[in-house]
Amino acid sequence: MMSDRIFKRFSVGVLTIWLLVFALLPALLVVCGSLLIQGEDNFFSWHLTIQNYVELFSADYLYVFLRSFYLAGLTVLFCLLLGYPFAYIVARMPAYLKPILMFLIILPFWTSSLIRIYSIIVIISAQGLLNRFLLWLGIIHQPLQLLFTQGAVLIGLVYSLLPFMILPLYANLEKFDWRLIDAARDLGANKFRVLAKIVIPITIPGIIAGIILVLLPAMTMFYIPDILGGAKSLLLGNLIKNQFIEARNWPFGSAISVMLTVIMGFLLLVYWRFTTPRSRKDLV
Amino acid sequence: MNRFFKSLFITIVYLFLYLPVAIFIIYSFNNAKFSSMWNGATLHWYRVLFSDIPLLIVTGHSLVIAVLAASMATFVGALGACALFRYRFFGKKLLDGLIFVLIIVPDLVFGISLLVLYVTLKIQLGFWTLLLAHITFCLPFVVVTVYGRLDGTDKNILEAAKDLGASDYLIFKRIILPLMIPALIAGWLLSFTLSMDDVIVSFFVSGPTYQILPLYIYSQIHVGITPEINALCTLIFVFTVTLVLASRFLLKGTSKN
Repeated sequence: MMSDRIFKRFSVGVLTIWLLVFALLPALLVVCGSLLIQGEDNFFSWHLTIQNYVELFSADYLYVFLRSFYLAGLTVLFCLLLGYPFAYIVARMPAYLKPILMFLIILPFWTSSLIRIYSIIVIISAQGLLNRFLLWLGIIHQPLQLLFTQGAVLIGLVYSLLPFMILPLYANLEKFDWRLIDAARDLGANKFRVLAKIVIPITIPGIIAGIILVLLPAMTMFYIPDILGGAKSLLLGNLIKNQFIEARNWPFGSAISVMLTVIMGFLLLVYWRFTTPRSRKDLV
Repeated sequence: MNRFFKSLFITIVYLFLYLPVAIFIIYSFNNAKFSSMWNGATLHWYRVLFSDIPLLIVTGHSLVIAVLAASMATFVGALGACALFRYRFFGKKLLDGLIFVLIIVPDLVFGISLLVLYVTLKIQLGFWTLLLAHITFCLPFVVVTVYGRLDGTDKNILEAAKDLGASDYLIFKRIILPLMIPALIAGWLLSFTLSMDDVIVSFFVSGPTYQILPLYIYSQIHVGITPEINALCTLIFVFTVTLVLASRFLLKGTSKN
């Protein structure tokens, strides 16, 4: 029927055109932009060059890059250390409790993330709750100087990204067949062996999904070092933001952004190798 | 003993997640400005909030963008999810890929790419650029939510309807749409919360003519947040939680029928 064809065209067309114009086209423009140089009155000037990418590998930027990667890596590590046991414990809870417990993980995220990060200042500042609590316990005798350090940024990043680690891990562990553990125990494996040989290998897709969802934002959430950290160029995200807002060197900013996308592509490739099409749903 | 440690661990994680939330709510009732000391309870900041017209306007802007973006994203996303569910067409793989990548791409990368698009097309930054950006980053989440709901559906129902002479539009209206409703509501709410809270994308694509709440808060942070903003965020939080809980409650009612 004629109207069926129109309906099909319409429903396919709207989403396709939307994503082509507002997702693919902008991405291609950034790639093109990264191959140009900074213009005098325009943001881009028509000179084809790979200079921006060469500059990326200069010592200064490599340092920012490594530092950002290091901090993001620590964020991932702490998210895993907190998130994995958490997801594991919740997945073994009675069925009626699970949805409530997972709901409670998402709930805090319905408030302004800025306000929550700002509240962390109240907790970790010199006269903050944490210091007063530790002093009261007698663990420390002088207030810890946490605010405006890398440690503060780390706390902020872990705080903001922990649910993104827990959710894919939980999705993965929820489907786990717990009889496998009983079987292994019956065959004489101890707890650590069960964990290392069965539980972790089976939940690798969830772990990689969590790493992807935490690592990339951890390098780019520029407002967290802005609020909690002293140094402004702590993260790759701050560097990109500065290139676009302050230095006005859009081509170089684009080049850093392309490089981030390449890292993302690489992580996805790893993820693809470890998953089947069915299990990929856990990532989103 | 094992049980005890498990409960303790879970409690610590929740404490970590909820402490900052509890703090900003408590401080919205604090009878002192800029102080981290507790100075007695007051509703003063709520009164100040309701007489602060500029702040209310900025909040209104955020709500307008969030409602429009969520509605538009739900419309386009639901239609798209149906298309992905029902039809085979040229470029389907590309579309799948774009949706997937859009979900995991860092906000920052997405934000600057839209900024570059707008500047290339010489579009003035303001209301429209902000709205289009918000619709786009909400879109994939709606598609995934709705598609997930449709995915389990028996396609034979659609074939049966077709054999009985229903047009595609009628099938959409009478079968697919009723099936999707819980997912539409979930997608809309998810989009609403994403839009209300977005800092990074908005930072790049908004102009001075249309300021929204997260960016206003961001600009105030270096000066210091007054308890008035805590009060505002407390109200928004209560509003959102009520909205989500109400929708869950209502959906539970309908799914039983």
